[in-house]
Amino acid sequence: MQRRAILGYGAAGAGAVALMLFVGWWRVDGPGGPEPIGQRPVALTAMDFRLTDHEGNAVGPETLIGRPTMAFFGFTYCPDVCPTTLSDISGWLDDLGDEADEMNVVFITVDPERDTVETMAEYVGYFHPAIRGWTGPEEQIARVADGFHATYERVPTESGDYTMNHSASVFLFAASGRFVTMIDYHEPREFAVPKIRRALEEETEGAT
Amino acid sequence: MKKHILTGTLTALLTLGGLSVPALAGPVDVVVENAWSRASIGMNRPGAAYMTISNTGDEPVTLIGLATPLAMMPEIHETKTNAEGVSSMSPAGEIVIAPGESIALEPGGLHAMLMRLQEPMTEGDTFPLTLLFDDGSEVTVEVPILSIAARGPED
Ligand SMILES: [Cu+2]
Repeated sequence: MQRRAILGYGAAGAGAVALMLFVGWWRVDGPGGPEPIGQRPVALTAMDFRLTDHEGNAVGPETLIGRPTMAFFGFTYCPDVCPTTLSDISGWLDDLGDEADEMNVVFITVDPERDTVETMAEYVGYFHPAIRGWTGPEEQIARVADGFHATYERVPTESGDYTMNHSASVFLFAASGRFVTMIDYHEPREFAVPKIRRALEEETEGAT
Repeated sequence: MKKHILTGTLTALLTLGGLSVPALAGPVDVVVENAWSRASIGMNRPGAAYMTISNTGDEPVTLIGLATPLAMMPEIHETKTNAEGVSSMSPAGEIVIAPGESIALEPGGLHAMLMRLQEPMTEGDTFPLTLLFDDGSEVTVEVPILSIAARGPED
């Protein structure tokens, strides 16, 4: 009798867990999941932050207005995602050739503690010369991330160091500062270059 | 007492076996291809290495760890990117490779994370990386160090 009751609770428990899992799925991945549109950055003209580029120049969102912009977040102590993104971008810029000269390409660190101006200068030097490295005080980095609706988080590692989880998408803005689209981390390269061209073309349309 | 003698015999057998090496050399049924890594800036940053590991045998093999003189803490990691586009990485744990299957260590997925480098990773050099399996066998590969901006083994 007692055993039966326990079994009964067990079944009810399993049912409750299944329901919770379902609700979790519905919210995170299912039809109830957040619309990606909510993740879109605001226009650059609506952002407000002050950073320093890898050559020591003061920069902000206004630095980017007037030319299309490709921007992404990372950190130089990142062994996998960031060098891959930087190499991908270098490849896209090579594919675009002269067209890429009309673009801002900005790598914004989410790890200003380790990524000083000098560190950024050394790091970006290994990639396409169009890529600029931006860093600044922690509270300014937080403002940039806010504007992009990007996230980052410091995570301790077993080796006693820390690593950073961060938004890995590449964000594209028109010359006007309007957000155009983003290139997700795992998106095939053949989709990336047409997306960049779209941001470049918006500039031409805006100009005519 | 009896146990003690048994242990002694086993040790002797293993030592003898060691001379003909079948147990200590790698399982001949694991093939590693296209190994590569990126040069590092100094020694403070972790490095990453990539390769394809194929199980060409009839039994599953379980990769349990890594060893290399290059890094104090080599470990298989997995990068994941969630629905919001946020990337994170964490230890991948043990990896079972089914007979006839391969696993790819490639950018944005699994990688050999090389923490606490003992020397800088210099473009053009190579370093030995040993894959450790749960049956005690090992496979060592020489991993070429490519440019910091390399995208794949052919760069
Ligand atoms: Cu890692």
